[in-house]
Amino acid sequence: MTKLKPRLSLIGIGVFAVLLLVVAPLVLTDHWLSNLGKYCCWAIAAVGIGLAWGRGGMLVMGQGVFFALGAYSMAMHLTLETAGAGVPGFMVLYDPLAPLPAFWEPFRSAAFTLLAIVLLPVIVAGLLGYALFKRRVKGAYFAILSQALAVALATLISSTIRETGGDTGLSDFKYFFGFVLEDPANRVMVYLIAAALLVVCLLVVWQLYRSRFGELLVATRDAEERVRFLGYDPATVKLVAFVLAALMASIGGAMFVPIVGIITPAEIGAAASILMIAGVAFGGRASLFGPALGAMAVGWGQSSLGSAWPEGWTYIVGLLFIVVILFLPKGLSSLLPRFTAARRSPGEQPAAGTAAPELEAVQS
Amino acid sequence: MNALVPPLLNGTAQGALLLLAALGLSLTFGQMGVINMAHGEFLMIGAFTAYLVQQVIDSSDLSIPVALPVAFVVAGLLGLLLEVSIIRWMYRRPLDTLLVTIGVSLILQQAALQTFPAQGVPVKQPGWLDGQLTILGYSWPLRQSFTIVLAAACVAILSAWLKYTSFGRRIRATVQNRDLAETAGISTRTVDRLTFFVGSGLAGVAGVAASLIGGTNSQMGAQYIIPAFLVVAAGGIGQLKGTVIAAWAVGVALSCFAYWTTGSLAQVLALILVIVFLQVRPQGLFTVRTRSLA
Amino acid sequence: MTDASLVVTDLRVEFSGFVAVGGVSFDAHLGEVRFLIGPNGAGKTTCIDAITGLSRATGSARLGGRELLGRPVHKIVRFGVGRTFQTASVFDELSVLQNLDIAAGRHRPAASLLRTRRGVDASIEQALEETGLAGELATPAGILSHGQKQWLEIAMLLVQDARVLLLDEPVAGMSQDERTATGGLLQRVAAKRIVLVVEHDMDFMRRFATRVTVLHQGKVLSDGTVAEVQADPKVQEVYLGTAGAATTAAMSVVPEAAGTPQRKED
Repeated sequence: MTKLKPRLSLIGIGVFAVLLLVVAPLVLTDHWLSNLGKYCCWAIAAVGIGLAWGRGGMLVMGQGVFFALGAYSMAMHLTLETAGAGVPGFMVLYDPLAPLPAFWEPFRSAAFTLLAIVLLPVIVAGLLGYALFKRRVKGAYFAILSQALAVALATLISSTIRETGGDTGLSDFKYFFGFVLEDPANRVMVYLIAAALLVVCLLVVWQLYRSRFGELLVATRDAEERVRFLGYDPATVKLVAFVLAALMASIGGAMFVPIVGIITPAEIGAAASILMIAGVAFGGRASLFGPALGAMAVGWGQSSLGSAWPEGWTYIVGLLFIVVILFLPKGLSSLLPRFTAARRSPGEQPAAGTAAPELEAVQS
Repeated sequence: MNALVPPLLNGTAQGALLLLAALGLSLTFGQMGVINMAHGEFLMIGAFTAYLVQQVIDSSDLSIPVALPVAFVVAGLLGLLLEVSIIRWMYRRPLDTLLVTIGVSLILQQAALQTFPAQGVPVKQPGWLDGQLTILGYSWPLRQSFTIVLAAACVAILSAWLKYTSFGRRIRATVQNRDLAETAGISTRTVDRLTFFVGSGLAGVAGVAASLIGGTNSQMGAQYIIPAFLVVAAGGIGQLKGTVIAAWAVGVALSCFAYWTTGSLAQVLALILVIVFLQVRPQGLFTVRTRSLA
Repeated sequence: MTDASLVVTDLRVEFSGFVAVGGVSFDAHLGEVRFLIGPNGAGKTTCIDAITGLSRATGSARLGGRELLGRPVHKIVRFGVGRTFQTASVFDELSVLQNLDIAAGRHRPAASLLRTRRGVDASIEQALEETGLAGELATPAGILSHGQKQWLEIAMLLVQDARVLLLDEPVAGMSQDERTATGGLLQRVAAKRIVLVVEHDMDFMRRFATRVTVLHQGKVLSDGTVAEVQADPKVQEVYLGTAGAATTAAMSVVPEAAGTPQRKED
């Protein structure tokens, strides 16, 4: 029975992959396929949140920061690709004569951009996580600090109009690594990359969850001090999960840019970071599929209800937090096992009463 | 001097406002481990209360002194309602209270946005706060010193209340050892409710002060909650003097950084400062030492 | 003998001015079940906290000649010091096997963490056998009985291959039968590892202790075999003054089985 469950999850990922990579492009219109791609990007970040928060107990309320690292790396490259040899158009608006800021220059290179998307979150999360976890900053302190970071970064970007596009953000990308973005075929390709990356992320956490590391992570979440007394440094265990989560957020952000065509501070600030958490909580923080599916559901709500009925959508998100956390802390995914457990519960009832027979074994 | 005195004065006033916002948070977080993210919205409600009181009492000279106790009671009752309806089910899951109250805060923000004009409402400053003080040759708006006086008064009243009244003693007993307090015949449920009432009420008072300095709008609470929490974290849990010093330090740091660089960079720098500080003292400025494994 | 022993010399622990442990020296060796007893607040648990790096202390605590004080907790564990806590702390959401597997992990290379577990390590099977938990392999640790959780903790120390087992009140809350079983387990374990037990339970101490150190107000009051300690007038005085006559009476009655517990020497 224990052997069957990971196999089942793998089949689930397979089905999910077929739905995303084969069925969706066949049945969905361009518009909806692009929307689905956007949800995939949020889902990629959400898979990481599930790893860090659901399994690792670190409430990462500022994943927008890492989402931004990937997104802005990608957006700077695409902006430069569109601008050709010159300076991006929006910069010319503010000061026609000023040169390109120095930190933009390396993003002309496609290889550097891809490297930055991977390495920047790893470095930032590595330093931050090391500093915080080594000093045993955790719980609410960690959550608020990470959120504060997202607020600070969004404010910083908003206020540097000339360097980062400010509140209007970066947009109007024409090319994606040489491919013309207006071409519907290329847009499908971009979608497929995002969807495939989501599937890869799911596979990574699937393996992690069934590995010894996954067990160690849960152990660290539930009893950090106890893990320390087994000879592990919990800070290292948490750091690995945190860095991986940051990397996934960055990848999600990077794919968000060519699919949506714009990145602004609003997509990475406190509200956006909290929305990512909302999806993960809704789907089921500690489960394999919960975070991804929850994020896609919330993403769908955000882009459809959020624009059609913004007031109502805010109330719904607020209520979602209250109801889910209060009554369903393990999210929707906890309903499924509860349902199946109800059917087979008579067979397995491990009770504390089994202590007696064991005694003899010890006494002898 | 030019680069030091004005930011120091402004920073002290900013710190006083932060202190007002953090006082209640430190009380509820310190005692119950509850992270109330709707605390910022209680502050917002205090500010809107000041506006509403001004609609009834025309004279702003009188309306602000009246608004202070009214805002305290209004915000306090809302806090009580939150405790009784939601928080009390969640004492075993402190981190989850943070998420639940995010939900509450979103709803309150949206409700305020729909009730009041989106651009915010004006709160008139009382006439007796017009004018300038001259300190070390620098002129300084009187309303800034009002925040400082108000914060000092709140700290004095709160610490006297905690120290000299029997309810205050019960609160301190519950903070230090909840189980023991319970076996000593203290109703921790009553203590929790009262603490939440007072803590949220203080947010209301902070809101009145904030309405005189910045704008009064639906987003104002969100601005204060993170810095206020950072102040509580840097000050140390359940320690009034730590909160006071941390608020002043963060206020001055923000104001100095803003003076030397830009407002947005100041936020980033202040945050880095707090992270570095937590490297040195992860438990904050002052700690209550225990032998427990945590 | 001393090269594999735990030697604590002049251990001092202060909590902001309050001296919890004031210059305690004792040692523990292979082949004996060493007890640390004393009234409440004597500093027994604090001694263990200091040795394991949980509380900052001065003085010296050496294991096989290597200084333990001043190192981070997980490093001290890697030197071979394992401990349990007054309240059983196992990972409730993980199974017995998973709990033990994590405990065994520190001897594995880091990369193996990424792989899935296949089969059960020999050391884990041995520990399961030893502690009588073999039937509970797949049981979530959270639903084990109280006694079983304590045994699981001891089993975790065994697979961890701890050279020193510091056990903080291992039989608290156990039934009489469970105590007997635990005592036997400790005596068997002591053949290959240093076992130091902090205990309140005088009856348990009398039945299973090889040597006893009595702490009182942060200092060593008496040291020796059960019989020697019981005969010590200072000990009788302390226990008359604090725990009352009942304990003293219980201590002075030499039980039939105590004194020389039957131990498997190798």
